Amino acid sequence: MDLVVAVLFQLIYGIANLALISLGLAIIFGMMRVINLAHGEFLMLGGYTVVVATNAGVNIWFAMLILAPLVVGLIGVIVERLLIRWLYGRMVDTLLATWGLSLLLIGLVTSIFGASTGTTVSPPLGTIRIGDYSASGYELFLIGVTLVLFAAVYATLKLTKLGLVARGTMQNAEMSSALGVSTNRIYMITFGLGAAVSGLAGGLLAPMTGVLPTIGATYIAKAFITVISGGASILAGTAAGSVLLGGVNGIFAFLTGPTFGEVALLVAAIILLRLLPTGITGRFFRKSI
Amino acid sequence: MGGSTLRNMRPVIVFAVLGLLFMFIAPQVLQLFTIINLTTAIALAVLALSLALVWGFGGILCFGQVAFFGLGAYAYTIGAINFGGSTWAILVAVMVASAFAAILGYFMFFGRVSDVYLGVITLTVTLILFSLIRRTSGPEYKIGNALLGGFNGVTSPPLNLPWDTRAFLFPEQVFYVAMAALILCYVFAGWLVNTHFGRVCVGIRENELRAELLGYDTRLYKLGIFTVGAGIAAVGGVLFCNGVGRITPDVFNLYNAALTIIWVIVGGRGTLIGPIAATFGLFYLTSALGGQSVLNNNLVLGVILIFFVLLVPKGIAPTLVDWVEARRRPKRSARGRRRRNGADRA
Repeated sequence: MDLVVAVLFQLIYGIANLALISLGLAIIFGMMRVINLAHGEFLMLGGYTVVVATNAGVNIWFAMLILAPLVVGLIGVIVERLLIRWLYGRMVDTLLATWGLSLLLIGLVTSIFGASTGTTVSPPLGTIRIGDYSASGYELFLIGVTLVLFAAVYATLKLTKLGLVARGTMQNAEMSSALGVSTNRIYMITFGLGAAVSGLAGGLLAPMTGVLPTIGATYIAKAFITVISGGASILAGTAAGSVLLGGVNGIFAFLTGPTFGEVALLVAAIILLRLLPTGITGRFFRKSI
Repeated sequence: MGGSTLRNMRPVIVFAVLGLLFMFIAPQVLQLFTIINLTTAIALAVLALSLALVWGFGGILCFGQVAFFGLGAYAYTIGAINFGGSTWAILVAVMVASAFAAILGYFMFFGRVSDVYLGVITLTVTLILFSLIRRTSGPEYKIGNALLGGFNGVTSPPLNLPWDTRAFLFPEQVFYVAMAALILCYVFAGWLVNTHFGRVCVGIRENELRAELLGYDTRLYKLGIFTVGAGIAAVGGVLFCNGVGRITPDVFNLYNAALTIIWVIVGGRGTLIGPIAATFGLFYLTSALGGQSVLNNNLVLGVILIFFVLLVPKGIAPTLVDWVEARRRPKRSARGRRRRNGADRA
């Protein structure tokens, strides 16, 4: 019984982890239909913000929950103004430009902080016990944060004026600009928000993984495939993609060891896309956000 | 048909002859160290050529061409260790990479996933291969007699003469083989894009719906050029692990995937010689940068990529050709020039 609970906890944590690292990417993808290839570097910058801030004596919770999204969100807005907005309507070029940005950020961070980790921060919560097994309290905290984050994005999209305008722009950008919405501003804000969520995720994961200039590469494969399998709906897509792929990953990792977990995730996603080429929410839950 | 193909291939033949001249002159005038370095650059040029074909002519946004390159290198190495000779291993390498591309391509093209999805899926496949092979360091991960070796990689047996498995080639001879392979692949690709098949592929790139309405099964054509491209990339992989002497999972990392894209962007989509030239240029640029520590390689490549996407989106070779043509025929036919911009060159 305890084993079942412990395994189930790991499975749920895997799904939440996938949802957490994918949500920022999904916001930008849902809005602009563009995959931000610098997503991993936004996560990485969130991690560096936390490490630098805590080394400077800032409270770790403040650094993770406030500073990381703020800093990376600002970087996102700057990037959108300087780079992305010249490329609207040129999807492939946007992809390539964000890839260039990804290399640029890796290079910049390597130049400033060096190629390896200086100091790291440790997870601020202890372990919790499930019968004879123990689990990390910090992982439980991350599951909670993921749920809160989803609720917050849902509320923003559903209840605020900005959310209404953003949903309109998502459905039909031309129509909403004809109705007087500045779609450019909406894109800027969404890009900034997406980056902020990525920064938050990166900051929260920094105590578990440490930071490296190239750490983004370990996240992006899973984040990309989750968002693409989920489809264009921001929340429903990410949730569906995470549950499905996180479930497959967790089960295979449990059965065969971690080596083949990711492979199973990838194979599942590719087969899924053969059946549903526009992702899960391209077919099901189409009206959801 | 035959005549026009020959006429269109004239630039390909000119560059091929220049390549042959280089192949015979270079070892006479350059030092052995330079020749060994050049072999690696040539291997990478074959990879660039394969992406130039798949992306530039097939219009397939493949961000993971390096996966087929790496798979080719691994398949060659494992094959050569098990067979005790390199000849069949080369064939196995090309077959493994092509078969992998065919299976992956089936899911992507017959699922009709869009451009953005395609790029991201191919990139994801590459990154997952990277993390998969990095984890294979234990003694239980082996294929036949070949240990996969985790992130230390595997030592690649050198090429040998087809009829004598103990007659290994010297680095200088490997250079001849590499250069010959590059020229052969280049002529083959130049021929392929001028065949009926190649022209249909270009038609699909320009307008997939129109090609489909004309009765072509675009999925099959895309799958075809994708598979052929993977085979060429595998040839590059075989040359690469011969030039370097071993193959490690790093071949699949994000940096190398980006590098491949950058060669084609800088050289120009819709040409074959452009990406090859860009590969040599950037190879020597990054080697030169490796000697100093002020500017990080990632930083420089990122700036190059952003610069070209924003300001020279067509790449160097097409921009140069346009410029020369515009000077040669001053303002006589702006419309004709515009039409020619869409046409492809060697």
